[in-house]
Amino acid sequence: MSPFKILRSRTAVLPARDVDTDQIIPARFLTTTTRSGLGVHLFADWRYDGDGAPNADFVLNRPEAKGCAILVAGNNFGCGSSREHAPWALTDYGFRAVVSTQIADIFRSNSLKNGLLPVIADPVSHAWLMEHPGADVTIDLETTTLTLPTGQTVRFLLEPFARYCLMNGVDQLGFLLAREQQIGEYERRTAAVGGGAIRG
Amino acid sequence: MSSAPQTLFEKVWRRHEVAAETSDTPAVLYIDLHLIHEVTSPQAFTVLRERGLGVRRPQLTFATMDHSTPTRTEQVFGGAPIAIEAAARQVRELEVNCAAFGVELLGLRHARRGIVHIIGPELGLTQPGKTVVCGDSHTSTHGALGALAFGIGTTEVGHVLATQCLLQRKPRTLAINVSGRLAAGVTAKDLILAIIGRIGVSGGTGHVIEYRGETIAALGMDERMTVCNMSIEAGARAGMIAPDETTYAYLAGRPRAPQGEAWDQALAEWRRLPTDAGARFDQEIAIDASALEPMVTYGTNPGMVIPISASIPQRPGDAVFAKSLAYMGFEPGRRVAEQPVNVVFVGSCTNGRLSDLRDAASLLRGRKVAPGVQMLVVPGSQEVKREAEAEGLHRIFLDAGAQWRESGCSMCLGMNGDLVPKGQYAVSTSNRNFEGRQGIGARTLLASPLTAAASAVRGRVTDPRELM
Repeated sequence: MSPFKILRSRTAVLPARDVDTDQIIPARFLTTTTRSGLGVHLFADWRYDGDGAPNADFVLNRPEAKGCAILVAGNNFGCGSSREHAPWALTDYGFRAVVSTQIADIFRSNSLKNGLLPVIADPVSHAWLMEHPGADVTIDLETTTLTLPTGQTVRFLLEPFARYCLMNGVDQLGFLLAREQQIGEYERRTAAVGGGAIRG
Repeated sequence: MSSAPQTLFEKVWRRHEVAAETSDTPAVLYIDLHLIHEVTSPQAFTVLRERGLGVRRPQLTFATMDHSTPTRTEQVFGGAPIAIEAAARQVRELEVNCAAFGVELLGLRHARRGIVHIIGPELGLTQPGKTVVCGDSHTSTHGALGALAFGIGTTEVGHVLATQCLLQRKPRTLAINVSGRLAAGVTAKDLILAIIGRIGVSGGTGHVIEYRGETIAALGMDERMTVCNMSIEAGARAGMIAPDETTYAYLAGRPRAPQGEAWDQALAEWRRLPTDAGARFDQEIAIDASALEPMVTYGTNPGMVIPISASIPQRPGDAVFAKSLAYMGFEPGRRVAEQPVNVVFVGSCTNGRLSDLRDAASLLRGRKVAPGVQMLVVPGSQEVKREAEAEGLHRIFLDAGAQWRESGCSMCLGMNGDLVPKGQYAVSTSNRNFEGRQGIGARTLLASPLTAAASAVRGRVTDPRELM
């Protein structure tokens, strides 16, 4: 995973709240056994009509949305299913950050593991962003700030370990594997493998 | 020993801390039971292969197939191919991965296969005090037995396969205290829909819910699982119910539950799990169950729900709300009751257990599914199917004109081709009424098995109490 320090991009704004992962990537595309190539199906049922032609009204089909790496959406983005295909589809499409006032737990966790930054903005900045699609925004992970084109800079909260991993391209599996000794000690202490045996 | 009173959640959490969280790092949490299925596991096994890793504790991981599997008997048992090629490939890949990494798999034709959240408890794999994870958000179901159970993504599936651990920040706790008796015709499904309607689809975000109180204690295990199952629809990380005599009676004698002396030891441990008197929750709310009616959703998330006698609320100026109603073909101020329906689905990890099928059958006995209505009854597991058939429930469904299928997730998310046609209205006992969830343009009305069955008989959304 490539390190994430500063992201400067125009925003695409999705005027919806409680956007669930079934909208981000419908279930019929989950039969894949790889992580790649899902960007073309991102928001498929909003983005294309019944014949597969692009829906001119949908934000991502407007010319000004091309190349936007920051998606701004209403409250509670990414609710519903645990499918990691949702951040896979968003990153494959080209998004590097999602800005909302609340982001669902599992989606947020999945996003952080795929270099997609979940930004919980304060309600005032968020409302401004929702009203100004295409705004040129800078997200700085060093200072955990969001800078609006008005020049206003606001802090956002990010769990310190998630920030550390994003900024340094740290792979969390490597971090866990390095805890081998502690895990082994836990297993011996609790007899997790023997005592918790499920073979009956 | 710490003497401060603890919640059920805190006890289970602390017992699984390989390393406690610090301000810089999340906790390393040990996982006792890892359930996997065909849809969210392939990419995790790919990572193991790429990095030359094995499964650390294969005996703590358990696999089945449910999401993309067919429910037509001839496709499951008759040698007819799985219609969707990509689904067939996923099923084969799970078989190959489980064989290669030594993970036990209940495959497509296994007698104990079923929806992962139905078979975990049914086999006795799910037990009080365990940490249970699965690459599926409805893993919250298992909390009904006093386990800490939550859904994870595929990267985390890989973490558990390789290390039997997860990196987790400790969630906050929310107590939902439920008092009063559910009226006849009002079920656990109506209770959880009412709770989601009250706290909203993000009301539980960042929290583990403990459902408490006399109403919860009076529920059977199937009903408790229905409640915990939909915790994720309120945004919660997990839902839990303290284990009690109902839990122990349910687990006793199940194939993978402890037996003999091990059972006595386990039972002694389990009895120490319930929340201590005086333990503090970060938030608490109270619900009066005696005031509830059968509930039905009217919009495109489970929080858009009303009592069946009520009308759709007015939200002038709310464009998102208006768009949701437009998708559903509804207007504010009208009732959902009496809406003609095209499809009725009874099944899913929410309502695919034996008591759910009994509920549906109780209203279908001696009646017919209304002309023009397609009704699918899909048991949650092959064991549920056998039990239902032993009671003759399948005869009631078939005589009424419903279809009786093999187990699986089926029309809850339509991955296997069991779909609601575009624009049609489906009364569904599943968990999500999201746009397109049951098929492109499908209009889902979430309700209990009783309401689903009553609506099938009348061909319109019907208060089940009218038929009781």
